[in-house]
Amino acid sequence: MSRPIRVLVAKPGLDGHDRGAKVVAAALRDAGMEVIYTGLHQTPEMIASAAVQEDVDVVGLSILSGAHMTLFPRVLQLLREQGRDDVLITGGGIIPLEDMEALEQQGIGTLFGPGTPTTALIDYIREWFAARQAQGA
Amino acid sequence: MTTPTELDPTLAAMRDELDRLRAEVEAWRARFAKGEVRDLAYTNSATEVAPLYTALDLEGSAGTAFEVPGQYPFTRGIHPTGYRGKLWTMRQFAGFGSAKETNARYKFLLKEGTTGLSVAFDFPTLMGYDSDHPRSEGEVGKCGVAISSLADMEQLVEGIPLGEVSTSMTINGPAIILWCFYLAAAEKQGVPLAQLRGTVQNDILKEYMAQHAWCFPIEPALRLIVDMFEFGAKEVPQWNTVSISGYHIREAGATAAQELAFTLADGFTYVERGIARGLDVDDFAPRLSFFWDIHNDFFEEIAKLRAARRIWARHMKERYGATSSRSLIMRFHSQTAGVTLTAQQPMNNVVRVAYQALAAVLGGTQSLHTNSMDETLALPTEQAVEVALRTQQVLAYETGVPNVIDPLGGSYYIEKLTDEMEAEAERLFEEIAGQGGVVPGLETGWFQKKIAESAARQQWEIEQYRRLIVGVNAFTTEECALEIPLLKIDEQAAKDQAAALSRLRQTRDNARCTAALDRLREAARGTENVVPFILECARCYCTLYEIRAALEDVFGAYREPVFF
Repeated sequence: MSRPIRVLVAKPGLDGHDRGAKVVAAALRDAGMEVIYTGLHQTPEMIASAAVQEDVDVVGLSILSGAHMTLFPRVLQLLREQGRDDVLITGGGIIPLEDMEALEQQGIGTLFGPGTPTTALIDYIREWFAARQAQGA
Repeated sequence: MTTPTELDPTLAAMRDELDRLRAEVEAWRARFAKGEVRDLAYTNSATEVAPLYTALDLEGSAGTAFEVPGQYPFTRGIHPTGYRGKLWTMRQFAGFGSAKETNARYKFLLKEGTTGLSVAFDFPTLMGYDSDHPRSEGEVGKCGVAISSLADMEQLVEGIPLGEVSTSMTINGPAIILWCFYLAAAEKQGVPLAQLRGTVQNDILKEYMAQHAWCFPIEPALRLIVDMFEFGAKEVPQWNTVSISGYHIREAGATAAQELAFTLADGFTYVERGIARGLDVDDFAPRLSFFWDIHNDFFEEIAKLRAARRIWARHMKERYGATSSRSLIMRFHSQTAGVTLTAQQPMNNVVRVAYQALAAVLGGTQSLHTNSMDETLALPTEQAVEVALRTQQVLAYETGVPNVIDPLGGSYYIEKLTDEMEAEAERLFEEIAGQGGVVPGLETGWFQKKIAESAARQQWEIEQYRRLIVGVNAFTTEECALEIPLLKIDEQAAKDQAAALSRLRQTRDNARCTAALDRLREAARGTENVVPFILECARCYCTLYEIRAALEDVFGAYREPVFF
C-alpha cells in the first residue's frame, strides 16, 4: 500500500516571487501529496533542516533571482551531509537551460521552467517515487 | 412634474430612436444567438463580455459624454493637452552587476533616447543587506544593481547630471535609506535637493501583499513612509515619495479588478496615515504617484486605467477633502506585464509587449517601461532592451496614436467597462472594509489569499485550455524554442563589492558612523522625523545594512503569515 508522498516546497534566498511556489504547492496537495510550504527568504540551512525534521521525500525549490547555481547545490550538500541523499531535489523558476543541465549533472532532479503545466511536475514526482519504492522493495 | 418629452421635441425623437435601437438589438440577438456568436466571453477579470455594445449599454450612465481631459474626475486623462503637450516618458528599468556596469547601461539608454532613469536593485539591496552579508551570497548583482553605500550610489550616477534627469528607484523595504544615498550623492554633485526629480517606489503595503521585499513590521514601516512624505514636501518638493503599485499585485496573480481595488486601497491608507500625522492632504498628495501592470486583455486594461483616475479623484475630493487639482489627479507609470511573457517561442513576446504598450498609451500613461522578449529566461540583453525601447518609439512616432487625447472615449464598450471596473472596485473596497481595512487584511493574510486563489485559478484555466497562451498550450512547436542569446551575470560583481566594502570600512570615519547610527536609533525610538538622521548616516558612508540593522534594533523584523 503506498503512502502519500511528502513534499517540502521552499523559497530559498531573498527573492519574493512566491506565485509559482504557491501554485505548485496547491497543485501537489490537490494531487494527494502531503505538502509543507516554508514561506519566503529561507536559508539553505533552514530548508535542509526542515526537510530532515519533516522527513520528506521531495524538496521543491523555487528560485527566480538568478541565485540557483549557489542555492541548489548548497541544499543538496547539506542534505547529503545529513545522510539524506535519498531525497529528490527538484524545482523551477527562471533558470536557463544550460544551468538546468549543469545542476542535473551535480545530482539535482529535473528542473521546470515557466509555462510548465503542474501535471508535468506531478507525473515526474510520482514516477520518481514509484521507482524509488520499487528499488527499496 | 413634467417629463422631458413635453419640454423638448428633440429628446422625444431621441427616445424614439433608442426604442428603435432596442428593437434592432433584440432582433440582432435573436438572429445570432444560436451558435453564430461564440457563447460566452470574459475579460481577464472574469467579467462577462457581450458581443456587441450600443448606446443602450450606457443608459443610466453619462460615460464621459460631458467630460474633457484635464478636468475632474479626469477619466479622460490628467492633462488637458494629452500627448500633444508632452509625450509619455520612455523609462526602461535597468540594473545589473556593479554600479559601474549599470552606469554604462544608463549612459547607453540615455544616448538611445530614453528619457528617464529607472534603477533595478539586486535582491540583497532590496532587502537591506550589504553585498558582503552572508544572506547575500549568490544574489549580488543578479537581478539588479548592488548598492551598499553612498560610494556605490556615487558610482551609479557618475557623469549623469542629477539636476537634469528624473530617476525612478524601485526600492521599498529600505527605500528611505536608498533615497538618502541618492540625496547625499546629489549633494556631492552640488545639486540642490529642490531640483531633484524622481520617484522611490516605497510602497510597503504591496510588499506585504505581493512582492515581499520587506524589512520592518507594518506600523514602523508606515511611519518611515510618512516621515518621507513630510521631509519630501519641505525639502525635495519635486520628488514622488511613493509610487503606489498595482504591478506586483497583478504579477502575483490578482485580476485587473483586484489590482485596481487593492492598489487604490493602499493609496487611501497612505493618505489616511499622512492626515493622521497632521499633514495637510494638499501638501503631500500631489507627490503620490501610481504604477500599473498592463496585461493582455486590451480593452480591460484601458478601462482599468480610466477607472483608476476617476476613482482616485472622487475619493480624494469627497473622502479626504483635497482641494488642489494636483492632489486629485492620478499620475502613473506603466509596465507591460512580465507574467504574460513566455519562455516558449520568446520572439512572440515582442508582439505581446507591443499590444500592451498600446493599451498603456490609450489609457493615458505618463511613463512606460516595455519588457524585453527574453525576461522569462534571464535579465535582458542589450539587443532585447533596444527592441523594447524601439517598440515605444514606433508607437510614439509612426502610428499616430498619440495625436488624439483619449481616442476611445465614447466607445460604448470602453465606457461600459470603465463603469463596471469602477463599480467592482467599490464593491471590493467594501470587502476590504469588512476585513477591518488594509493593515488588518494583511495581518490575517486575507489579501495574500485572494491573490493566490486568483493565481491558482488562472493556472487551472490554462491547464484546462480555457485560457489559451500561444506557444504554451496552443500552437506549440516541438523544437526547443530558445534561439536568443542570454545575458550572463558572473560572480565578479560580488567579489568586487566585497573588496570595496572592506576598503570602505577601513577608510571612512568610523567614529562618526557609530555616532550617526546611535543618533538614528534614538530618533527612531521617539517620534522625530528620521530622514535627517539617515541622511547623516549616508553622508558618512554607513552601509545599507548598518542602517537597516540600527532601525531593526528599534522596530524589530517582519514575520509573514505563511500559507498556500
